[in-house]
Order: sequence, then C-alpha cells, then structure tokens
Amino acid sequence: MRVVGLVAVQHRDPSASSFGRHGLSDQQLLAIFRTMLMHRTLENRGFQLNRQGKIPFASAGEGHEAVQAGAAMAFARGKDILVPYYRDLGLDLGIGLTPYEVLLSLFARAADHSAGRQFPHHYASRRLGVQTISSVIAAQLPHAVGAAYALHYRGERGRAVLTTFGDGATSEGEWHESVNFAAVHRLPIIFLCENNEWAISTPLAKQMGQPDVYKRAEGYGLPGVVVDGMDAIACYAAVKEALERARSGGGPTLVEAKCYRFLAHTTDDDDRTYRSREEVEARRKDDPVPRFERLLLDESILTEEGMEALKRSIREEVDEATDRAEVMAYAPAEDLYRDVYADGWQPWRGEE
Amino acid sequence: MAVVSNTSSTVMNNVEAVRATLYEAMRNDDRTVILGEDVGARGNVFLITKDFIKEFGPERVIDTPIAEASIVGIAVGMAMEGLRPIAEIQFADFIYPSFNQIVGEAAKTRYRSNGEYTCPLVIRAPYGGGVRGALSHSVSVEALFYHVPGLKIVAPSFPADVKGLLNAAIDDPDPVLFLEHKKTYRLIKGEVPDGHYTIPLGKANVLKEGTQLTAVSYGLYVHWALEAAAQLQESGLSVEVIDLRSIRPMDKTTILRSVEKTRKLLIIHEDNKFGGVGAEISAMVAEEALFHLDAPIRRLAGPDVPPMGYALPLEEEFMSSPAEMAQAMRELVEF
Repeated sequence: MRVVGLVAVQHRDPSASSFGRHGLSDQQLLAIFRTMLMHRTLENRGFQLNRQGKIPFASAGEGHEAVQAGAAMAFARGKDILVPYYRDLGLDLGIGLTPYEVLLSLFARAADHSAGRQFPHHYASRRLGVQTISSVIAAQLPHAVGAAYALHYRGERGRAVLTTFGDGATSEGEWHESVNFAAVHRLPIIFLCENNEWAISTPLAKQMGQPDVYKRAEGYGLPGVVVDGMDAIACYAAVKEALERARSGGGPTLVEAKCYRFLAHTTDDDDRTYRSREEVEARRKDDPVPRFERLLLDESILTEEGMEALKRSIREEVDEATDRAEVMAYAPAEDLYRDVYADGWQPWRGEE
Repeated sequence: MAVVSNTSSTVMNNVEAVRATLYEAMRNDDRTVILGEDVGARGNVFLITKDFIKEFGPERVIDTPIAEASIVGIAVGMAMEGLRPIAEIQFADFIYPSFNQIVGEAAKTRYRSNGEYTCPLVIRAPYGGGVRGALSHSVSVEALFYHVPGLKIVAPSFPADVKGLLNAAIDDPDPVLFLEHKKTYRLIKGEVPDGHYTIPLGKANVLKEGTQLTAVSYGLYVHWALEAAAQLQESGLSVEVIDLRSIRPMDKTTILRSVEKTRKLLIIHEDNKFGGVGAEISAMVAEEALFHLDAPIRRLAGPDVPPMGYALPLEEEFMSSPAEMAQAMRELVEF
C-alpha cells in the first residue's frame, strides 16, 4: 500500500504469481469464495422467483461479490456493527446471514427478520450486529455515525462500525454530514463506498465531477483509500486495515472499492434503456467470481473436483432454503398493527 | 396523574423548567447525551443548557456542525446502540432538513425491525410565533409530523407540564418530538413540583371547567384561551378549556366527555388552519359525537399563509388575540 499524504492508494498486482494473501488462510480464502458464490446464486434465485411470479421484487448486486465478501472477512462478528445498504447481500451473508433467512426475506414470510414488512435484503439483526435500514439513500450513514459515537462515548475500544453505500449516495447531504461529523470526533467507523458506476440509470459522470470518491477524504480530514473492488483480497486488506485503525482509536477511514453493476438495478429495471450491451460485456472481463475461482485453482487451494463440489453444495443449499422458506406462512394480517409503538398502535389515547 | 415524590415546589418559567428537567436527566443517567447547534459552550440560544458542558463535558453536551438531518440521524444511531440522546433543533423552522430522519427513520425503527431495534429519542424544538421571529423563527411544525405513525408529539404550555412531560418523553421507548413554544419560555411562570415525576403522554388537562362550550387548544394559545374564557365568565358565559398537552397520541376521552357535556366545540391553534391539528379533532368529534353537538364545530387557527411576516402588523394579523378568542367563544356559545 502506497501512502500519499492522508491518502493511501491500494494497487492490485496484476501478476497472479505474486498473489498476496494478506494473512488469509486457505480456509478463509475458501470462505470468501463461498460467500461470493452464495451471493451470486441467491441473487439469481431472487430473479428466477420474480420471473416465475412467486415474489414481487428482487434486487441485484452482481459485480459486488468481491468487495462484500472481502469486507465481511475483515468484520469482527459479535463485536463490530454493520450499517449496510440494500445492495449488501454478500456482506450480510459473509457475516453470518443464512440462505434460509435470505429466502424468508425474498418470500416476505413471517419468520423474516422484519416479519415480511421490509423489502428484500433489509436485514436487521442484533445477533449479526446489523442495524435496521430503510431504502432511502444515505439515510443510514448518520445512524452508523451515531453507533460509532456510542462506542466512542463508552470507550469500547476493539469495536468499530462498518457502513456501506453506493456511488450515488455520495451526492446526498447526509453523506457529507456523516463523514464530516465522524472526522470531527475521530469516530471508529469505516465508510465503504461500493462504487459500481451506476445509480439506477445515472452514470458516474452525472453523479460527480470528481469520479474518485476516495479523494474527498482529504477534504474532510480523514484517510482515503481506493481499492480494486473486483479483488476480494485487496478489499479485505483495505477494510481490515481501516477497521483495525478504528478499533484501536485511530479514527475513521473512507474506503472506495471500484466495482461494477452487471445487472439491472432491480427486477423492475431494464438497463438496456440507458447503457449499451457492449459496455456491460466489456466489463465482464473483470467479473470477480470467475477471477477468484481461477485464483483458487491456480494456487491449488481448490481442485477442479473440489470446485464442482462446492458449487453443487451451494446450489443444493439454495434449493433447500427455497423449498423450506416457500412453504412458511405469511404473518397474519393483524401483524400490520404490531410494533408501531412499544405501548400499542393508537393515535388516539383514552378509554374506547 | 403526576407521580410526585415530594410536595414542595419551585416557581419557574418554561425555559427554567426545560433546563431543570434536562439537568436532572443528565445527572440521573449517563446514557443521556444532548446534541445540537450551540448547546455546549453557548449553552443553547435560550441558555437552556448553560454550563452543562462544564459539568457533563463535551462528550455528553455535543456542539454539532450545522447539519440538522444528521443531528437527528446521529441521535437515531445512538438510540439504536443504547444511548438516550436528546437532540435539539435550534428553532423548529430548521427541522425540515431532518424530515426524513424523523419520519422515515426514527418513527419506523421499531416497526421495520420487527421490534429488534428501537429508537428512544427525544427531539426538542422551540416553535411558535409572537416573538417577531419572521418567516424562519416562528413556525409551528406539529401538523407536518402528527400524521406519522411511530412518532409521538408533545406541546406543553405550563412549567409543571414541561417537566412531567419531558421526563415522560425521555423515559419513553419511542421517538418523541417535544415542542416548546418560544413565547411561553419566559412569559409563563408556575409552580413546578420538586423531585422526579412524569405526566403520561396522551393525557389532556381540563384547565377550567365550563358548561356551554369546549375550547381545545395547546401551547401559547392555551393561556390566551384561559384569559378569554375568564373574560366571558364575567358576563356569565361558561367555557371549558382543555389543554391537549400531547398531540400524538391525543386524548380522545377528555375531548369527547367535554363535548358531550357542553355540546359545542371550538378548536384554537396557532398553526395554519388547513390540515392542522384542529382538522383531525373536528373529524373525530364529527364521527363520534355529532348528535351531541348543538352547533357546527368551529376552528380558530392561523390563516393559510406562511407564518409569519416580520412587520408587527403582519405578525399581529397572523396571531389570534385573546380578544378574538373571546369573540369566537361568545359567538359559538350564543349560536
């Protein structure tokens, strides 16, 4: 990692032979790949179920697998707090969300974390350390800062907050307000930008005049790091370093992972209306999943047979989760009225 | 239903009551933090938190950047992670940038997480006119928020209620928007019981009993409605005056019992008339007590123009005076 002033720039070495593990064991590398494959398989399942008319909606994170699986490996389960955005299925899986929980969310069943109230992939779980989010862009960032303030205020060294967002979120006022406040108080938080170049149909060039989000860090007075978001190990290393700095009282970091959104925004979007197939196909060469697969095979971390077995086990697990979740019940209609307030649902108070 | 642990009391104005209550909250619970613009070194623009920073330190009395969306949003995150934040919006007029954080985030935290996360948060905001505050230091914001499930809204009028309701808001497990009328800050004094007590959110207070008309109000106008009702009493007209105190939840029982007795209803508020709190009360009474009424429901409320011009005649035209209230009461009693 080359450090330029406050800005550290991560350069991916293009040569596979000088593969740097950043301390990751074979087991951890396999776990990262498993998360990536599971992420992709589950999102494909979401699209399939939508096209079959079984679920109303699914979103897509294809192209985000490396950054999310890498960041998840750096996250300390049971200690760190994740304040994600809605395109973070891989991060959620990487820190312990199960395929069954994902399918419950897709099918909006009663046993879902939100009991079927939320859109898919808006998980809230104390068990996993994932805060509840809405779909409003950048609205979760102040919450992440507030959580980081709570850790800082209680002197809880060894814990940090990881919050994530897309490139579009960096245009929101709350993005600025949050990064600024975290810098003022040197809070234990990582702002991880998953820059996929597209905010639904709006390309990066219409979103910002300076396409390098990490360069903004200097203006706020915190370190900024850029990393190849298609390289899971590089993403792991960048997020790990930032998390360790935060956990030890070193303050916040802005990490930009440059990735790409290969699919439409959601099942309700048609990206052919705003970007060419040639652009998307040209970017497929960067696809992080085959790239990581090739690395594991080249480095003999996994055999061809092992790879096939892994893929088969993931397909089976997703099929099994789909079958299990599909037959689960919806929450009863009365559930609409629960959890508005601790003391019941009532704009009026008094004896009825 | 105040739970008073001590029968002694102290005379305070509303600003002193807010200050004393916040001070006790900070003393009693180190999870409590105050954050907002100029709450620290300056001690808030009304001096409500004066010297708090010296006693409790800058980590608990946080001078924030000027950024209302994140003042509320950061408080939401603090609340989700176990602190008990009290966020201050310096003037209610500045609350608009934080609208999503209040309506879309704080109010939905419990619901969208199936109860897994909660948002025990108090947002204090000085509001209201009659202080030559012009277009950006005069507004009433309650109607913009009282539509929102998941949110509670309190607007006390008297120092003793300020204390009891602010304590209840701080103890509440859900987000509460606590509205303090600026004009009452130093104008209104009263006995405040010593010691800790709470007044339940959603309980109105019948301030003056009467038989010929129910006047429902909140905030500054409660005091002027009382003045108007006292004037009418001298000419033998009997007006019951109800201070709502809480806007959401709202005390249906007290309103209906009174209307069923007096058979006439006047709703008085400073906020704009169209879509104001009076509209909901009118609809509720029309739905539930129409055949108890001997006259159409009447609303005396702010005109439907931006509140409120800086020049004195503009401000006076916007505000309702005790004389106008007395006139409206008389007309309705005599209907």
